[in-house]
Amino acid sequence: MTQGNSHIPANNNRQQTFRYLKLSGLEPLVITPESNFVNVGERTNVAGSKKFLRLIKEERFEEALSVAREQVENGAQIIDINMDDGLIDGKEAMVKFLNLIVAEPDISRVPIMIDSSKWEIIEAGLQVVQGKCVVNSISLKEGEAEFIRQAKLIKRYGAAMIVMAFDEVGQADNLERRKEIATRSYRILVDIVKFPPEDIIFDLNIFPVATGMDEHKRNALDFIEGTKWVRENLPYCSVSGGVSNVSFSFRGNNPVREAMHSVFLYHAIKVGMNMGIVNPTLLEVYDDIPKDLLEHVEDVILNRRDDATERLLEFAETFQGKARESTIDLSWRVEPLQNRITRALVKGIDQYIIQDVEEARLAAKQPIEVIEGNLMIGMNVVGDLFGSGKMFLPQVVKSARVMKKAVAYLEPFIEEAKKAPQPPKGEQYWETANPVLYGLLKEHARKMRSQPTKAEQLLWSALSVKNLDGYKFRRQHIIGEFIADFICLKKNLIIEVDGSIHQLPDNKKSDAERTQWLEQQGYRVIRFTNDEVLGNLEGVFDVILKELQAPPLGAGGASAGKILMATVKGDVHDIGKNIVSVVLACNNYEIVDLGVMVPPEKIINKAIEEKVDIIGLSGLITPSLDEMVFLAKEMERQDFKVPLLIGGATTSKAHTAVKIAPAYSQAVVHVNDASRAVTVVGDLLQKETSDTYKENIKLDYDSFREKFLNRTKQKEYLTLSQARANKHSIDFKEEDIKKPKELGVQIWNDFDLSQLTDYIDWTPFFRSWDLHGRYPEILKDAIVGAQATELFDDAQALLKKVLSEKLLMGKAVFGLFPANQVNDDDIEVSPLGGDLEAAVFRTLRQQLKKREGVPNIALADFIAPKESSIQDYIGCFCVSAGFGTKELANEFERKHDDYNAIMVKALADRLAEAFAEYLHKEVRTKNWGYASDEDLDNVALIDEKYRGIRPAPGYPACPDHLEKLTIWELLRVKENIGVELTESLAMWPAASVSGYYFAHPEAKYFGLGKIKEDQLKDYAHRKGMDLEMARKWLAPNLVDD
Amino acid sequence: MTKIEEILQERILVLDGAMGTMLQRYKFTEEDFRGERFKDWPSPLQGNNDLLSLTQPEAIAEVHRKYFAAGADIVETNTFSGTTVAMADYHMEDLVYELNYESARIAKQVAQSFTDKEPQKPRFVAGSIGPTNKTASMSPDVNDPGFRAISFDELRVAYKQQVEALLDGGADILLVETIFDTLNAKAALFAIEEVKEERDIEVPIMVSGTITDASGRTLSGQTAEAFLISVSHIPILSVGFNCALGAKQLTPHLEVISAKSHFFTSAHPNAGLPNAFGEYDETPEQMASQIKEYLEKGLVNIIGGCCGTTPEHIKAIANLVKQYNPRELTVFG
Repeated sequence: MTQGNSHIPANNNRQQTFRYLKLSGLEPLVITPESNFVNVGERTNVAGSKKFLRLIKEERFEEALSVAREQVENGAQIIDINMDDGLIDGKEAMVKFLNLIVAEPDISRVPIMIDSSKWEIIEAGLQVVQGKCVVNSISLKEGEAEFIRQAKLIKRYGAAMIVMAFDEVGQADNLERRKEIATRSYRILVDIVKFPPEDIIFDLNIFPVATGMDEHKRNALDFIEGTKWVRENLPYCSVSGGVSNVSFSFRGNNPVREAMHSVFLYHAIKVGMNMGIVNPTLLEVYDDIPKDLLEHVEDVILNRRDDATERLLEFAETFQGKARESTIDLSWRVEPLQNRITRALVKGIDQYIIQDVEEARLAAKQPIEVIEGNLMIGMNVVGDLFGSGKMFLPQVVKSARVMKKAVAYLEPFIEEAKKAPQPPKGEQYWETANPVLYGLLKEHARKMRSQPTKAEQLLWSALSVKNLDGYKFRRQHIIGEFIADFICLKKNLIIEVDGSIHQLPDNKKSDAERTQWLEQQGYRVIRFTNDEVLGNLEGVFDVILKELQAPPLGAGGASAGKILMATVKGDVHDIGKNIVSVVLACNNYEIVDLGVMVPPEKIINKAIEEKVDIIGLSGLITPSLDEMVFLAKEMERQDFKVPLLIGGATTSKAHTAVKIAPAYSQAVVHVNDASRAVTVVGDLLQKETSDTYKENIKLDYDSFREKFLNRTKQKEYLTLSQARANKHSIDFKEEDIKKPKELGVQIWNDFDLSQLTDYIDWTPFFRSWDLHGRYPEILKDAIVGAQATELFDDAQALLKKVLSEKLLMGKAVFGLFPANQVNDDDIEVSPLGGDLEAAVFRTLRQQLKKREGVPNIALADFIAPKESSIQDYIGCFCVSAGFGTKELANEFERKHDDYNAIMVKALADRLAEAFAEYLHKEVRTKNWGYASDEDLDNVALIDEKYRGIRPAPGYPACPDHLEKLTIWELLRVKENIGVELTESLAMWPAASVSGYYFAHPEAKYFGLGKIKEDQLKDYAHRKGMDLEMARKWLAPNLVDD
Repeated sequence: MTKIEEILQERILVLDGAMGTMLQRYKFTEEDFRGERFKDWPSPLQGNNDLLSLTQPEAIAEVHRKYFAAGADIVETNTFSGTTVAMADYHMEDLVYELNYESARIAKQVAQSFTDKEPQKPRFVAGSIGPTNKTASMSPDVNDPGFRAISFDELRVAYKQQVEALLDGGADILLVETIFDTLNAKAALFAIEEVKEERDIEVPIMVSGTITDASGRTLSGQTAEAFLISVSHIPILSVGFNCALGAKQLTPHLEVISAKSHFFTSAHPNAGLPNAFGEYDETPEQMASQIKEYLEKGLVNIIGGCCGTTPEHIKAIANLVKQYNPRELTVFG
């Protein structure tokens, strides 16, 4: 993945793998110490769900399957299946249900937990599932011999298993018994059966507390302490349990139960419970539990007071009913349907949308009308408000969430409706005549199939014999009220022979009308004469093949337009792209989102396959600019006609005009904010205006380019040696240099991100949502204040959830090393540990001619030169808050919640920056210790009022991304914390920050600006790299000669 | 049989190429397939390649010889369809033991003669255990997704018989291959474990799945990593992929297995993807140049060929691997 780097040592192939619990459905589930708590879905359990029991009893397996599917969609990572009921044949039901589940990829992607107290049911289940399951459960209840026999078979079937804390005497009900049974089970399994310890999951029995009986007081605490002991003393195993038992005595009082579950989990997870059966709807966020309730519940769970139970009972009385009191104004719910739908979209309320959409669907002739009518009316209001600046981006994204849910609900109905023949738009008679006419057409088509003309016959036999790159054709296919001679359904390409689109003899329409209608429906029509087919079949085939492979025509089809969006190869940043996608989708454009790190050939192929109308490219890091140019060239080479949109933080109108637009003869537009994207796309696709618009864009960019190039030529540059002569010379003194207190590399692998809340710089967060202004003033801004406040509240809520549930992981690695400047522009670093070779940071020097007395700076100037004989020091670091972001965002996207999907990424970015700030402070005051007396608040920190800098490769002072490789090697970043570099040297996970530490009081940030060919050559030579390679990476910084 | 494990630490071992492709060159007729012994067999036998071990044993031995001479360390027995399940098509269920036993015996004889000549390069016989023609976790009937044409137990019994015969005939290794349904493979592994326990022996097991298309999944829908996890429960010698894809298309999936597995890894890809006529036309040089990428990335310990590969392909591969170190095993940390 890293390329073109001469100083990375040969890859040592010896890798380490750890003893993790690994399970599989169609996809893997690997549970590592870093994994979040694994939630096991429990709705497919006849003992736990009356509904599921009824469905199985009545053999309504289809509905039973949807219970399973729903759980997976709601985030269950494993599904527990139990058929233990006296009134059903458990073995038969288990096998039948599992066989059906296995046929549903959206369910069987997760591993299955085969749950039964009967061994024969477990074994029957194991025989029908290909993935690695979990058996729930076996125990020493029936004695050692049976335990060993079952464990051996489970191993042979290839499953993990839950072992209950149960033996010949009974269930473990205190701490000592839990330890005793767990240890005995573990030793038998590991020593005698040779069962892999990582495949053992202990269920240490969760029993109710607050029952009023003294012997139950320690039930929760014993489980928690037992869990801690097991995890510390029985290596590699996991601990699980059924959580709802603990609150059994508070049935009927959900607020208290929810709090009890959260408190219990909070403490059990902390000591190593890593899996469990929890009903997610019966769970409160730990931090959201009211303080007084929390105290009472914790007293009970942790057995902190003798009267804890009585106090909680008493408190629960007063608490019941008070909770969840509705204060929301629901008067709008009595308004007419359209008002309700519009309001739901404008306000982003998704609570009632399905209900309202269903009502609209029942009232509509076609389900599609609900989208084209009711929902679009609402979205138009959203669009108008947004366009006139009365609504802001975050609200629009929330509206999109509601829209998506509504559309997702309607889709199956629309698919169903599509199966019937569709009338051409606006021809009302069709509606009544439809069944009759369809019957007539069918008869006609059948007749024509049996009486083809000679030319048709020849073309058909050729089409069916010749394999046109795998494209399949059908003949005499009915579309609307027409019959196409031949059609390739995959490509929507119609071939007509002898100019006639067949139709019922008494219902003639002109060729033009028919073609127009067919094209409106998204079909392309090509025609051949009989003579062409009979005389030049090869030529005919060439044309067909060309049409089949033709890139999309642009503008056309039934929806407002189809837009492909992608973050280019090597780049991982997608917040902006996702926002633009959502906003465009709101405006009835169909979005084909290819995600991040998309290789150019995939973009090209998808664009052809999906017949998109516009391609949108996004990127944040500088190498992405080159990728975009490359793609533009590819599109030109392949004769594309569709417009190209360019966006992302490093892109600019200048770059687009100078580098991309000349490479592609069609329209290229730079769009950097979401609100403008809608107008631009509208102008590009509006049939009447698009040509003029495209022409104007071309002219605009041409003149912009000219002006830009003229301007840049007027600047004056120094030669590299002149620039070096004018370096920033510091009079290095021993007292300005502090030897770090802790030299060498340090790793923080499990940093608690909640320490960062005070370090977050919120201003860029608002900017990423197109709300401009400085935090906290923005919250009171006259125009965007209310919206900014709402966004901020939503962000706080998600942040709280993320932090309290530890959904994101913080990891950092940093190192402090002896270093000296050598040969003007290089920094020689001595890694500690003797035999390691010295690393060299290569820095770049400003070459723009400065006014008298202003130096030409390079970062190396801030480090004492070797000749001075003063030992200086440098640091470097990488922090990440991104582990878990992708999973979390995917989770939200699955629920059609783009708002929170984008939010979580934006938050992760903020946390990463805050982490960098925090770490820098720690290093300054502690690890390096040159500023141990520093006392600055967050505002001062953000304003960088401290001594020392932390410039990052790829940013203005040191734009060369390749330098990251040196940092990665020096700190072993990938091995130590798992942050990787893509081929364009973007960091993955995206929410990561890396850089150097310079400590000299005179060290300051600066921008390199442009450099000349002489420095490029010198730099390539110093780095020992190919000149052209260096040119490619430094392209954005080279003076255009 | 710890020997092969030791050799694998030192160098990359070469598996043979396609048996079917080589047998096609003989253009055997229905009569040739029948031989004297089966001349009155009631059902047609042409295409039953496994049967040739009984009716044309010299041809089978010759193919093995060519692959060993080309540089292969391991040849596969001619037993891809050697189960009662697959032989039912020819009504030859009763011959399964003999077919496997003879095939293993022939291969072992050839291997032994090569080992005698070159003791520093011992040759091995891998008993080939194919997927059968039925799937245990998919329904052949689209209208009845819960239906199964075969059960785990039926497969287990059939595989057990094949395993016993292969071992009796002299197979050094068992190769569960072309796995398109992991549940079939799990039944085979279960049967192998039973035989190992009953006979109190250890035998190296190679497991090789098949990624069927660009989706990157097995026919039964598993990703490469999920497949790996599903077959890692017993001590196996190696895990990898074969068939369906050419060397190039196999690379990303091999990378997954190589990164995630603590077993040795294997690959025996096809000679490219089939052309319009269903033929494999990747030349030995082309294939070797693709495989070079595996070696440079350190992805494999055992490498050979599947459909469309010939002794020339194996020779090109064998010459290439000499220049590279094997992939190092991952260790538990």
